[in-house]
Amino acid sequence: MSMENIINQAGISDILDNEKTASLIINKDKIISKNTVPGLIVDAEEIKDGVKIDITLKNNVTIDMPVHLCFGVTDKKAIQKIKLNLKIGQNSSMSVYSHCVFPFAEDVTHAMDGIIKVGPNSKYSYLERHIHSEEGGIKVIPKAIVTLEENARYKSEFELMRGRVGRIDMDYEVFCKSFSIMDMSVKINGRGNDIINIKESGSLIGESAKGALTSRIAVRDNASANIYNKLIATADYARGHVDCKEIVMDNATANAVPIVEVKNPKAHITHEASIGSVDSKELQTLMSRGLDEEQAVELIIEGLLS
Amino acid sequence: MLLLEIKNLSLNVNGNKLLNNINLSLNKGMTYAVVGPNGVGKTTLGHTIMGLEGYREFEGDIFFKGKSIKNLDVYERAAKGITLAWQEPARFEGISIEKFISSSGKDISPDDVSKILNDVGMEPENYLNRNVDKNLSGGERKKVELASILAMKPELVILDELDSGIDTETIENIFNAINYLKSNGSTIILITHSQSVLKQAEYAFLMCHGKILKEGKTPVINKYFTRKCLPCGHKNEPD
Repeated sequence: MSMENIINQAGISDILDNEKTASLIINKDKIISKNTVPGLIVDAEEIKDGVKIDITLKNNVTIDMPVHLCFGVTDKKAIQKIKLNLKIGQNSSMSVYSHCVFPFAEDVTHAMDGIIKVGPNSKYSYLERHIHSEEGGIKVIPKAIVTLEENARYKSEFELMRGRVGRIDMDYEVFCKSFSIMDMSVKINGRGNDIINIKESGSLIGESAKGALTSRIAVRDNASANIYNKLIATADYARGHVDCKEIVMDNATANAVPIVEVKNPKAHITHEASIGSVDSKELQTLMSRGLDEEQAVELIIEGLLS
Repeated sequence: MLLLEIKNLSLNVNGNKLLNNINLSLNKGMTYAVVGPNGVGKTTLGHTIMGLEGYREFEGDIFFKGKSIKNLDVYERAAKGITLAWQEPARFEGISIEKFISSSGKDISPDDVSKILNDVGMEPENYLNRNVDKNLSGGERKKVELASILAMKPELVILDELDSGIDTETIENIFNAINYLKSNGSTIILITHSQSVLKQAEYAFLMCHGKILKEGKTPVINKYFTRKCLPCGHKNEPD
């Protein structure tokens, strides 16, 4: 399969034809194409087994069209290391859609180390969507340290629902300064012998900083999920919420560890977590409308991960 | 024409006899009420007819159109045209109202879904894309539940405590939907202890302590229920 096919699978071929859309296309450790728009600087350099990327959004720049990053691997066996340094200036805004497509993976490692800084009064939203092979031979290791300056907004969504997960070891750490807001969500559908390890940590270190960590995980067959969500509030009027919901079927296992740490009497953090089989009432409601058990379960999981 | 027949139905759960030798017959196209105070077995009877989890191991038998449905799973009973609306409808994270309703019927077009929503008093433009989740009020969820039942075009509908926790405007919408079901020839079982809901039925069964204590035309049963059951000092201990 060529990189063109991967771009088609990601559903972005038309988008990339638009020269007003910034993009960066990478196959394993090769830079295939790059397009930038005014105010956005994208420097990419091929390194051993990967690519080093520096992205800078200048001050007072708003990019209306999402920036598209495509990280593909057309080989069955490969290592792809992405070193990402992303900096958003002040009073600026952009969205990034990241397409991670590994349709033939039998023994592929995709590792991303990111350092992300969102400047004062700026907004950054990031959607990472994975398309994997049905073999499960992939290891995804996304790591990032994110810093939100005063009054910054950060929203990230991670979705891994097409193909087998393989193994994922996610580790994100976010530091929120005064009046900044972070909103992170993860949606993963695991099966076979997939292994899902999610570690998200948010530190609300500035006055009135707000944070939400949301995870929605479904595991079946012999898959396992370990979700470790940590939210720490040390500043006045910091507010946060941790919300974890996991559906477990067959021989799958799931652990959820929501940790909330409040070190300031004026701060407030809440959490909720539920792990278990598909809710019986939801299941029986759908079955009483004529769906068989398998159809009903699929619909409930589709809803959970939507 | 006989649609549903229950013969000698008894249900024991953890040593408690929740249903005790129930016998009843329902004709096609009629609206029935199962009435009685809280805790007498009305909902249990509805769940047993539907075949919900925990209500499948019973003595006696249930016949639908002359054939036993005792060994049928919930969805198999639904495929025959039986369905149930819960007293407290389920919430579904991430499932839109449009998806929920269209999943409930066969070959339901988007226009059909919009029409059904109008039939239960919900503006499609405001509700189609909303989820059937905690952001809907209790009354809205009841109407969505009823809409999904209208989409099924069922032969037998069990409606459990329709009026609990909803306002008068919503109950009017629900009564309109009941009339719609009636006009389509559905047989309806209204499980209730409400006077206004009871009046929607032509024939009623009065339950006490897991038994059918009395049955007859609704006004007769209503009179007995109002005069004898409501002030009864020995609830769940039938004379």
